[in-house]
Amino acid sequence: MSILVDEKTRVVVQGITGNEGLFHTRQMVEYGTKVVAGVTPGKGGQKIDGIPVFNTVSEAVKNTNANASAIFVPPAFAGDAILEASNAGISIIVCLTEGIPTLDMVTVREYLKGKESKLIGPNTPGIISPGKCKIGVMAGYIHKLGTIGIISRSGTLTYEVVDQLTKKGIGQSTCVGIGGDQIIGLNFVDLLALFEKDSNTEAVIMIGEIGGTAEEEAAQFIEKRVHKPVLAFIAGLTAPPGRRMGHAGAIIAGGKGTAKEKMEALGKAGVKVVRNPALVGEEMETILKGKRS
Amino acid sequence: MKIHEYQAKEILKSYGVPVPKGGVAETPEEARRIAEGIGEKAIVVKAQIHAGGRGKGGGVKIVTHPKEAEKAAKEIIGMTLVTHQTGPAGRLVRKVLIEEGMEIQEELYLGVVIDRSKACPVIMASREGGVEIEKVAAESPEKIVKEWVDPSVGLKPFQANKIGYELGLEPAQVGKMRNIIFGLYKAFCEKDCLLAEVNPLVLTKGGEFIALDAKINFDDNGLFRHKEMAALRDLNEEAPLEVEASKYNLNYIKLDGNVGCMVNGAGLAMATMDIIKVVGAEPANFLDVGGGATVEMVKNGFKILMSDPGVRMVFINIFGGILRCDTLAKGVTEAVREVKVNVPIVVRLEGTNVEEGRKILNESGLNFTVAIGMKDGAEKVAEALKR
Repeated sequence: MSILVDEKTRVVVQGITGNEGLFHTRQMVEYGTKVVAGVTPGKGGQKIDGIPVFNTVSEAVKNTNANASAIFVPPAFAGDAILEASNAGISIIVCLTEGIPTLDMVTVREYLKGKESKLIGPNTPGIISPGKCKIGVMAGYIHKLGTIGIISRSGTLTYEVVDQLTKKGIGQSTCVGIGGDQIIGLNFVDLLALFEKDSNTEAVIMIGEIGGTAEEEAAQFIEKRVHKPVLAFIAGLTAPPGRRMGHAGAIIAGGKGTAKEKMEALGKAGVKVVRNPALVGEEMETILKGKRS
Repeated sequence: MKIHEYQAKEILKSYGVPVPKGGVAETPEEARRIAEGIGEKAIVVKAQIHAGGRGKGGGVKIVTHPKEAEKAAKEIIGMTLVTHQTGPAGRLVRKVLIEEGMEIQEELYLGVVIDRSKACPVIMASREGGVEIEKVAAESPEKIVKEWVDPSVGLKPFQANKIGYELGLEPAQVGKMRNIIFGLYKAFCEKDCLLAEVNPLVLTKGGEFIALDAKINFDDNGLFRHKEMAALRDLNEEAPLEVEASKYNLNYIKLDGNVGCMVNGAGLAMATMDIIKVVGAEPANFLDVGGGATVEMVKNGFKILMSDPGVRMVFINIFGGILRCDTLAKGVTEAVREVKVNVPIVVRLEGTNVEEGRKILNESGLNFTVAIGMKDGAEKVAEALKR
C-alpha cells in the first residue's frame, strides 16, 4: 500500500501545454503515471502525445474521470487553478508552482475548508508512490518501492535522503513534498496521521527546516498519536535570523522558528533527530534493524 | 522586500493612518527647509536605514530649531550606523526623516502579520509598545491582544472594537483606534504585505493616536502586481553581492565563514551549510542555484562565490535529478576556466548521468576533488582546509 496516490490514480495536468507542464507530463507518463487529461484554456480539443486537452478541469473530469491534478501554471494564476481543481471534484491536487502570493494562498485555504480535496504544496517537488504513481518533478529512478514514508518541506534535500535510503536497499511507501511556502495544503500532522494508518509504512522520515511552527505541531501530534518510529532532520541550524533562506517559508522571524527549537521539540516527543544530513540513511537502517530484531 | 520608515508612513497615511508632519531629506539644507515647514516645535531627525535600534545607535536626534535640524542632519547623513540589526559593519545613512516631535502620553503596538498555522492574517495589539514585541510575546503574552481575520468575510468592526476594549482604552479612543486598525489592515491586504506594523503607535497628551514609527515588508511573490511598490526597493540597503546574484535569479546570502557553497535547492543548500559546520568548518554563504540549475546559473553562481575574498575553498553539492550531471559538470568546468579559481574545489555530483559527469570533471585537467556522497564531500572539505 501507499498513501494518497497509487496505480489507480488518474491525473489531469493543468498547464499541460507550457514548457514545464509538457516536459514533466512526459516524465510522469514514462514513470508509469496514468496521465488521462490535460487542461489549458483555449487549447481544448488538441491532443498531446495522445492525451486529450480540455479548456476546463470540470470538462476533463467529466470525460476522463481524473481524480488527481498536477498544476504547472504560472504563479499569478496558480491559486485560481487550485480552486478550479477543487471545484471540479479533484481529490488530490498537487501544485508544483513556486512563487504564489501568500494572500492568494490564504484565499485558497479558506476555500478548501470543508471540501474533500486535499492540496499538496504549492512550491513542492510533488508526491510519489514508487513503482505506482509519480505526480511531480522528482527523478523517478532514485526511488524504490518499500516501507518508509517521507514528508518533506524541501525538494533536492528529499532526493538526497531518498538516494541514501535506496542505496542501502531501503525503499519508500510514499514520499510527499509538502512545499516550502508559508501557507501550504497538507502539513506534517496530516501526513503523519496517514502514514500511521498505512499498513505498509514501517517508519517515517520528516525533513523540516527553519521557519514557522509546523515541526513543533508535528512533535505534539507524534507524542500522542504516532506509534511508528519517526526520524527527523531539520535544515538550517547555521541559518542567520531574519534572512529568508530561499524558500518563502524558511525564515527565522522574531527569534522564532529556529532549527534548535524544532529539534528539541521533536527529540522530546521521542523522534530520532539526526544532526548530520549525510547520516539519515544510516540512522534509518539502524532503526529498522532494531525494529525487526 | 523591506522598505524605509518614511515610505511605509507615506503608504499608511494614504490609508488614513495619522503620521507626524514631516518629510524625507537627503541633504542638511533640505532637512532645514522641511524643519522650517514644521515650525517652532520639537523636531525629530531620524536616520533612514532598513534596521531597527536606530535611536540607541545615535541615528535619532531631537532638536528645537530648524538650524539645529540642519546640523543634526549633517551629523547623521553619511554616518555608518551600527545597531543590533545591522551587524558590526553597520549601514551607511543616506537619508533622514524630519518630523514634528510629539508629546507622548503612552506607546502602544499595532501590527498585522500572517498566521501560518491558521492560514489567515492576525492583528496584534499591545499597550507595551516601543519595545521589541517578540520580547513581550515571549515574556508576558497576556499583554498582547490578538484577533484573527476570517478570510471569507474580512476584518469586521466588532473585531476592531474588541481589540480596543481588550486593551482597556476609553470609548472615544476605541473609535480612533478602530480607524487605524482598518487602515493598517487594508494596506496590508491591498499591498500584499507579510508585515505591516506601527511601533510605537503613540497616544499624545492631546489624546490623538499617531504612528511614530512604521514598518512594512512586502511579499516578494506579490510584487508582480504592484509595480509601484517594487520601485521602492533600495539597493543600497542590500549587500552588493546579493544584489548581483538576484540579477541572475540566484539566491545568495553572505555569511562569515570561509567555505563557499554552491548547491541546487534551498533545503539542500541549508543542509550543506549545516554539514560544513558538523565537520568543524564555517560556511561562507548560502547559495541556491535553483532546483533545476542551468549551466548559466552555475557559472554566474561561481563568479559571485569567488568575489567574496573570505572564501578559502569551495564545496559544490548538486543533486542532479532531472537535470543531467554531465551537463552540469560541463558548466562547472567552463565556469572554473572562466573565473580562474585558485582555491581548492570539492565537487559532489549525484543524479542522472552521474558517471559521465564525474568523468568530465576528472578529465578536465582542472584541480577538482571529486566526492562520492555528501558525507565524503564534507570530509574532503575538512581535509582541504587542514592543508
